Amino acid sequence: MTIDTLSRMQFGMTASFHFLFPPMTIGLGVMLVIMQTLRITTGNPLYLSMARFWTKVFGLIFAIGVATGIPLEFQFGTNWARYARFVGDIFGSPLAIEGIYAFFLESGFLALLLFGWNKVGPRMHLFATCMVALGAHFSAIWILVANSWMQTPSGYHLAQQVKETASGERFPLSADLGEVAWTLREVPLPADTVVRPEDLAHVRAVIDSFSEAILNPSTLQRLAHTVFACWMTGAFLVIGISAWWLLRGRETAQAKASMKIGLTVAMIACLLQMIAGDATARGVAIHQPTKFAAIEGLMRSGPDASLGLFGAVTWKRDADGTIVGVNDRSVRVPGLLSVLVSGDFLHPERARATVVKGLEELPTDELLRRRHPTLSDAEIASIRPSYWPSVPVVFQTYHLMIAIGVALTGLVCVSVVACSRGWLWNTAVRPVQWLLWLLVITPILSQIATQCGWFTAEFGRQPWIVYEVLRTEHAVSAVVRPSQVMSSIAMFFVIYALLTVLFVQSLRRMVRGGPSASGHGAAVSAATDDAPILSRRTGGKAGG
Amino acid sequence: MDLNTIWFLLICVLFGGYAVLDGFDLGAGPLLLFTKGDHDRRVILNAIGPVWNGNEVWLVTGGGALFAAFPNVYATVFSGLYDAFMLLLAALIFRAAAIEFRSQRPEAGWRSAWDGAFAGSSLLSALLIGVAIGNIAWGLPLDRGHEFRGTLLTLLHPYALLVGCTTVALFLMHGNLYLLLKTDGPMQATLMRWTRITVPSYLVLFVATNAATILFNPNIAAAISRRLWLLGAIFATSIAVTLNIVRELRRRRERRAFLCSALSIVTLMGLFAAGVYPNLVSSTLDPAGTLTIYNGAATQKSLQFMFWVAMIGVPIVLLYSTAIYYTFRGKVILTDESY
Repeated sequence: MTIDTLSRMQFGMTASFHFLFPPMTIGLGVMLVIMQTLRITTGNPLYLSMARFWTKVFGLIFAIGVATGIPLEFQFGTNWARYARFVGDIFGSPLAIEGIYAFFLESGFLALLLFGWNKVGPRMHLFATCMVALGAHFSAIWILVANSWMQTPSGYHLAQQVKETASGERFPLSADLGEVAWTLREVPLPADTVVRPEDLAHVRAVIDSFSEAILNPSTLQRLAHTVFACWMTGAFLVIGISAWWLLRGRETAQAKASMKIGLTVAMIACLLQMIAGDATARGVAIHQPTKFAAIEGLMRSGPDASLGLFGAVTWKRDADGTIVGVNDRSVRVPGLLSVLVSGDFLHPERARATVVKGLEELPTDELLRRRHPTLSDAEIASIRPSYWPSVPVVFQTYHLMIAIGVALTGLVCVSVVACSRGWLWNTAVRPVQWLLWLLVITPILSQIATQCGWFTAEFGRQPWIVYEVLRTEHAVSAVVRPSQVMSSIAMFFVIYALLTVLFVQSLRRMVRGGPSASGHGAAVSAATDDAPILSRRTGGKAGG
Repeated sequence: MDLNTIWFLLICVLFGGYAVLDGFDLGAGPLLLFTKGDHDRRVILNAIGPVWNGNEVWLVTGGGALFAAFPNVYATVFSGLYDAFMLLLAALIFRAAAIEFRSQRPEAGWRSAWDGAFAGSSLLSALLIGVAIGNIAWGLPLDRGHEFRGTLLTLLHPYALLVGCTTVALFLMHGNLYLLLKTDGPMQATLMRWTRITVPSYLVLFVATNAATILFNPNIAAAISRRLWLLGAIFATSIAVTLNIVRELRRRRERRAFLCSALSIVTLMGLFAAGVYPNLVSSTLDPAGTLTIYNGAATQKSLQFMFWVAMIGVPIVLLYSTAIYYTFRGKVILTDESY
């Protein structure tokens, strides 16, 4: 295997394994803030034992998140050194800001959150909880800024480094000027400069405007989309565990109260996600049309474009096995894609006339000609598929994400109604049991959806590491050998497999034990199990 | 002072802060194996329990800041020292896992297995960090494109290994002194006895490393001729604070002893910084391959923006970090929440 395939495998594996945990801590952080606030405002001891339990869960998830996050900070250097040199002037900043403004805040106040129950008062403890949750969100902001810049780079120009002598003469960086004194200068290059691998020694992206780079065209919608996904993931973790308790008839008081908070957050997050998801997809359609056509499996350009629902899109190959297009075997809704892209839901007829470009003309002839100035028109057309992402993969990940998202939203709507009517507690009834079992698997479903979302974003960006500027295979470290990466992949695989087993075991032990496992919680739930536990205020909130 | 120099200092502060803070919890790791009984081991774990996570953030932030300010150095060092860094990452992950999972089950076998993992990964982390610093202080074989042209064996030369051992000894002493602050009674008495081994071991290696640097380090002659007084002053301070650890321990002033140990780390970082400046990684292959704070840096615009980001952010970090350390001051008391 080539070094770029191996490095992509390693980055993909370490990043997606890591990304199982932060969404849970970001979402759970919000839940902890709500629980601690309720604890102070209602004075109900139930919320104290609830917050203590979920804080323990939070601590476990956070620890794995930190442990698996460290490699990500350094892999840009270890495996993607040429990328690091090329984008360091822009890409390093959000990572450093994340360290200073997010990681310190999170991990510092986590100490108070986990170990400060008897060291500080309830209000200070709530403050610490807020700071941890805030830090987790800051972390999401800066990593999304960095990633969005790779998707829609802006606020920069390309520059060539040259040696300039005292007399103003300029020489290439590689020139040996002997004893002649020189200074390093960066000469701006035209915006349409093609970055070739051999240029990477002396060409890099240089910042023009930090505000433009940070607020690049895709940052805000992708940030919102990710944060709402995190809230959903955290909420479903609480919902799933609470549903399991209800089905087992254990921790009933805790389960009911946790379920209400979980469903409230999930409902809000699902509704917001519909807006953010729509905005993200439209942003992709505008700024990354090739990626958009690929995730929809759309070959032909034109108005009245159809929206894929499910099915399969496979590569169409000629006799030599070269990719020439796609075979579409998906169930599609005619015209809906054009309507969604236009966003003009009030005028469906006009909206259906919106032209959506297909892979047959993407990436544009202009981009391909710039990169391959010597090729004829026919050759340009034949080289086009090498600029497509893996359509069969991203079509599936994208549509699986949407299917799960829609299913979860529907499930939450049903559950909220069932919860507000009190049906959900009637666990002797069969349909309620089915509903609760569905809720038990929601933590896994939401994890699959978030993973699919990231696969879509990252596979969909290929073959680019910086969209339409730098190809991924040109960005790997020059000095790292395949054998080295193979060893480190094997190492990470073993460690992460071990971590998975340990994590699942620990979480299961915590859930089986429940809040009453700790001496503190036992007294509370014994005292409140049969009493009407929730104040009317919180009951109303969860119902609405 | 130009922005490149300011960022050189800021990076040194971040990595120096990492060494001072994570130094004691890395050092506490191997010491744990020498204590008898679950209670004492839990005391050690909980002495670092609330803070080790935050301490490690200094490393992560240092890495991010290096990427932002000196991307070429970040790329060269991490890709060049690939195998060593992968091992370090594995060690750091194992360490986090050991702290988290040890307390999840009561069985003696489970706990002692994690104790071994914790001690081993702490020791390995300290050694690898030391070897990496030793290599950077010595210089790496870099070609004109600033790419590393050596192998894993290049990194294992005697000087780097000596610095590695010195780092291990330093962190062991630092961890030992930290644990004196967090314990009392018979456990503290035991830890006090251990200082009779950890402190002298460090002193011997401290002398050896400095002697080796002066005699053999290829970059030291140029540094001495350029800034003799600065190096001399830091060196004198370094010797003074390091020897003062012994004196403070004799007078049973544990806090001051720990402070001196921290200062010893700071002065070593200072010696390193004054020794290499304005180079970040000098090339043993081709002088043109040397990475300086100028050819390795981001643009002035980037450095300036990040300077203000750091000027606003770092004081806030120091403020609440100090407050949190203050909250967890005093001796360790095991509770329900403890590891």
